[in-house]
Amino acid sequence: MEAVRASSPSPRSQSKLDRRRFTQHAAVVGGVSVASAWASLAPPDWPLSLQDPDGERGKPKPRVLSLPEEGFAVEDSKVNAQLGVARGQKPTNLVRAAIDAIGGISRFVSKGDVVLIKPNVAFERPAALAATTNPEILAALIELVRSAGAKEIRVADNPIESPESCFARSGIQQASIDSGARVFLPMPADFELLQTPGAKHIGRWPFFWRPFVGVNKVIGVAPVKDHNLCRASMTTKNWYGLLGGRRNQFHQDIHGIISDLALMLRPTFVLLDGYRILFRSGPTGGSLSDVAPGNTVVACQDSLAADAYGWHELLGRREETLPDYFGQAAQRGLGTPDFRSLRIKEVRAG
Amino acid sequence: MSERTNIDPAKPEGTKTRRGNGAFSPNRDGSPWVARVLRLTTFRIVSQATFLGLFLFLLWVTWFSRLGGYPASLFLELDPLVGFATALSTHTVYRWLWRGLLILIPTLILGRVFCGWICPYGTLHQFFGWIFNIRRNKDNIGVNVYRPLFEFKYYLLNVFLVLAAFGSLQIGLLDPICLLTRSIATAVQPAIDGALPPSLAVLSSAPGAPEPRAFSGAWFIGFLLLALLAMNTVIPRFFCRVLCPLGAFLGVLSRYALFRIDRDLTKCTDCNLCLRHCEGASDPQAALRKSECFVCFNCIDDCPEDALSYRLTPKSFAQQIKGDIQKGAATLFGERVISKIPQTEIAAPDVPRRRWVLSGVVGAFTFPFLRNSRDVDDKGFSKKAIRPPGTVAEEEFLERCIKCDQCINACPTNVLQPSTLAEGGLEGLWTPVMDFRSGFCQLNCTLCSEVCPTGAIQKINLAQKLGTRDHKETGPIRLGTAFFNRGRCLPWSMETPCVVCEEVCPTSPKAIGVYEEEVERWDGTTVKLTKPYMRPELCIGCGICEHECPVRDDPAVYVTAIGESRSKNRSLLLNSESSPINPKKG
Repeated sequence: MEAVRASSPSPRSQSKLDRRRFTQHAAVVGGVSVASAWASLAPPDWPLSLQDPDGERGKPKPRVLSLPEEGFAVEDSKVNAQLGVARGQKPTNLVRAAIDAIGGISRFVSKGDVVLIKPNVAFERPAALAATTNPEILAALIELVRSAGAKEIRVADNPIESPESCFARSGIQQASIDSGARVFLPMPADFELLQTPGAKHIGRWPFFWRPFVGVNKVIGVAPVKDHNLCRASMTTKNWYGLLGGRRNQFHQDIHGIISDLALMLRPTFVLLDGYRILFRSGPTGGSLSDVAPGNTVVACQDSLAADAYGWHELLGRREETLPDYFGQAAQRGLGTPDFRSLRIKEVRAG
Repeated sequence: MSERTNIDPAKPEGTKTRRGNGAFSPNRDGSPWVARVLRLTTFRIVSQATFLGLFLFLLWVTWFSRLGGYPASLFLELDPLVGFATALSTHTVYRWLWRGLLILIPTLILGRVFCGWICPYGTLHQFFGWIFNIRRNKDNIGVNVYRPLFEFKYYLLNVFLVLAAFGSLQIGLLDPICLLTRSIATAVQPAIDGALPPSLAVLSSAPGAPEPRAFSGAWFIGFLLLALLAMNTVIPRFFCRVLCPLGAFLGVLSRYALFRIDRDLTKCTDCNLCLRHCEGASDPQAALRKSECFVCFNCIDDCPEDALSYRLTPKSFAQQIKGDIQKGAATLFGERVISKIPQTEIAAPDVPRRRWVLSGVVGAFTFPFLRNSRDVDDKGFSKKAIRPPGTVAEEEFLERCIKCDQCINACPTNVLQPSTLAEGGLEGLWTPVMDFRSGFCQLNCTLCSEVCPTGAIQKINLAQKLGTRDHKETGPIRLGTAFFNRGRCLPWSMETPCVVCEEVCPTSPKAIGVYEEEVERWDGTTVKLTKPYMRPELCIGCGICEHECPVRDDPAVYVTAIGESRSKNRSLLLNSESSPINPKKG
């Protein structure tokens, strides 16, 4: 080889491409040119085209999900009471009695159901301060739901303060795990955009979606609390904890938001936890002097009716007009704030 | 199987074959195959991997739901430089810092075993240096020869210790345990969390955190880690040999070590192969630099003549050599000396005395330079230098904080951030400050105070933090005071209802009150506004109002450091010790 090269030392011959190299080179140049021309020039609907003539294709397309149209409600009963009220000392008996008053748990939960229970765990407070759902009430509810044959019971909330601490300090974590429910703490990837047609503000809003995957029954269980802005936070306001995103904008029209919440989620039924009542300094409280015993649990399919009962009978504010959100939600046909028009059954539980 | 059968007949007798043909065949010298595995270097690697794993595990468990009972800051407490330097600055040894003795005493006996066997940061450097090493054998030998550059760490150490004696603790800038803890907590963990698929989110460093954690200045902390690791390609264990103040500290101590690597002059052929994998660049081929040796035992492994051993106080035999060593005619105790280098030990760090003095002078002047920069004094302090609950007054804080950022790692709300120059100044770089736009101080949480190894954040309990039970007299710990910027507040300046701040205010009674007002808006509609105001004697500066304020970029309610209860000179109200739980009625 050395000899051959030495015999043709002309620079011209050395710079010549041989046929094979030329073909290879041409194939690469041609291939890359055609591929990039295809990607950028082929019409957008052709395969492998990347063309984006008006910039629309490049914009992010958010995934938008919806809850079932009828919500998670079960059929109304013509015979049972519509609002069940139980008074007494023992959380277990209270929960059972209140639910029995509106037809018993088997009316709402069937064998094999996957049930999501939504307590209020908004703040990192011990249960005694009544800023969160009472863990004993929650545990009793979980036991009852299981006795009805539920396949899986989930507990989820998106608190204001750091979720792990809130669940731990409020006793909700322990109560849920001890009674065999699965706890869902909100993680950044758990939220999806939820579409709520007809909502005033939250038509599309990040929603704590992961615990809802595969769920067919939803039960809310919320404490009775004074609230600085919306005046009272009970079972309807409780759905606030299913949303993510910029929730701190909600306060600009809190009543509009709460009536949107009633539209967003139609539960199987709600439980109003009036075991302890945070009657002032809400929704955070922080002092035992802000808490009064209530020893009452209310069960109802209509969260507005349950809340109205709480406003009148548990917060004891029957002299005052109901907060604005009741009217707004009722106008949209989302419930009956005039709870006295419902069939009410009041029972004493041991 | 006899020894004979393992010798390849094609090779002449005496050729260097250390092992037989099969994986489990015995060695040439007749020792069983396990002898190839059961070497000190194997144990060393196992030890390094174990300690690195333990270190990472303890950082990982530093989180609300995992912490239960683990000594989360164990490595920081074991670090004898942390114990020694804080003893210099505070004249006390806080809580668990006596654990530094567990490293200090072995160093006095065995040498710098910490560097070669325990230090997780050293292990990381060794691993990087090994896996990215593309040098040829000859270059490996060259790159592991001691260089005067390696004295630099002793100057750094001296500057840091002089600073500490004056009351400014800066060892944490470069102490390997602090540096690695900080880098992993604020840069590496969030990066890994971001890459975890949702199904593995439970393994993340902050499970149940509503938002991914983020830390100010993470880019710098992260790049510093990568740059120092990458330096291993230029000089193996660059950080350990050139910068490490802990290594320097242990180097000074190890001059008294009873054990060291010893070279048998009657066997050593001066081939320099012992340098091939020498971690510390401690010159085992000549006079061993005791203060540089990491006791990694690679030299013993590499020596083809079995001339090196790790022994109890071997004396220098240079005086006993008879005859001319250069001509190869010398003898030692009757045996022929083969090596041409008679010295076997240099005990102390190779630092000239004048250089010690120079670095001391640098430290003595650095202190006033830093202190007069006014980040510490009570008029010049930054309004954003808001310290976690339990923190001692700023001057004492700077005597204690080692910038390890374990508090930041433990914080469940991400409010704690490594300080940049803007908040803490150069002296307070990477110390914990609160940024209420990223989080808030959760009322019933004292985690940062639990994990602080040095008492910069004193261990406090809830009653102390909230000023309840036995602590009613002193009142709650105030981190600062919240202020309203009415010009940016929705109800005050934009006729728009809001008061998220009042809703989330955790004190009872609330530190935020409201004026109610009904106004006619520009479009003719009437709107009921509740306009918030502060009740300063109730505010504890937790910052949840600032965090939840919808005016996100420049919140309409914000906390500044004034009124913090850790310093009387930074108080705001005449009557600042009243408890918001039971306010004194005026």
